[in-house]
Amino acid sequence: MTDASINTQTSQPEAGFGDYVALLKPRVMSLVVFTALVGLLAAPVGVHPMIGFASILFIAVGAGASGALNMWWDADIDAVMKRTAKRPVPAGKVEPGEALAVGVALSGFAVVMLALASNLVAAGLLAFTIFFYAVIYTMWLKRWTPQNIVIGGAAGAFPPMIGWAVATGGIGLESVLMFLLIFMWTPPHFWALALFMNADYEKAGVPMLTVTHGRRVTRNHILAYTLLLAPLAIGTGFTSIGGPVYLAVAVVLNALFLIGAVRIWRRDEATSQDDKYKVEKSFFGLSLLYLFLHFGAILAEAALRPYGLGGWG
Amino acid sequence: MSLRAEHELHRRRAGRNIGLALVLLGFIAIVFGLTVVKVTSGNPMQAFDHVSRPEIIPGAAPAQGD
Repeated sequence: MTDASINTQTSQPEAGFGDYVALLKPRVMSLVVFTALVGLLAAPVGVHPMIGFASILFIAVGAGASGALNMWWDADIDAVMKRTAKRPVPAGKVEPGEALAVGVALSGFAVVMLALASNLVAAGLLAFTIFFYAVIYTMWLKRWTPQNIVIGGAAGAFPPMIGWAVATGGIGLESVLMFLLIFMWTPPHFWALALFMNADYEKAGVPMLTVTHGRRVTRNHILAYTLLLAPLAIGTGFTSIGGPVYLAVAVVLNALFLIGAVRIWRRDEATSQDDKYKVEKSFFGLSLLYLFLHFGAILAEAALRPYGLGGWG
Repeated sequence: MSLRAEHELHRRRAGRNIGLALVLLGFIAIVFGLTVVKVTSGNPMQAFDHVSRPEIIPGAAPAQGD
């Protein structure tokens, strides 16, 4: 390296290793790792720990790759929104072309490696998930319809299905139920966020339901999805991945979630503004706990099974 | 300023190189681990290799003298 290279950093700051890691949305990846792991461990078939570990890693890399593609495509709106302005591309640390290259390369890598490590069904599901998130959600739906997060939520719902497929080589009722649990949970979770982060989405021109149809409609939608989610979440408790522990957790959490949704539904804008969206914020916090504890309970049932305690015996 | 002056940029590049090296080493370890598991997990390892091998055909009768 010559000293002349020192001068190159004046125009464009060079990215550090952490900036490339940030491109893969590590926080989203951690959720993907958790739900995929639960899907894998809840499956009735055992997997060698090394194959399980490698598969979860490649699923996470695939999810990260779709995050990089999302950051490449959405750099313009990320720059406008306060929440996302510091991401590597809008912050000028990583070139958009680099984000695209990282996203495409890691997508192919993750799918091929998952196929080699586990099976073609899991790899096919991962490929579809990446396509769904990067193309269907990011490029098509996000800027086009206020139902963007409803359909886009499917991308985040696939990981437990992929984990299940790693173990079983197929798709089952239980894996579909885990998919539906995240799929139906996503709208109330995101719309609660949109209620108190509205200005960001409006500024970026993203057709969030709060922007296109107003807050009253959004509140109605949150309640409707929460009502649909409850029987689904509790019903899962009676399948092979459920059991007394899961059922107890699901009943309590869904009761709390419903109470929260009804409180949001009964409020108007003036009340919300007065207490700075206290109820909406606490509902959002509860939604994070809701998903974590549901999958945690599925994991607990799977962990108890070898001792004859998990499931319905 | 000496020609060997350490610059923040060099530090960042070194960090990037070390990070990439660790990722590649980790990848080698994973592929190695996967290979060991796949080879030792008892799955049939023989496949067609331009030579007829009746013993790898499922359901085929055992060879004479067995």
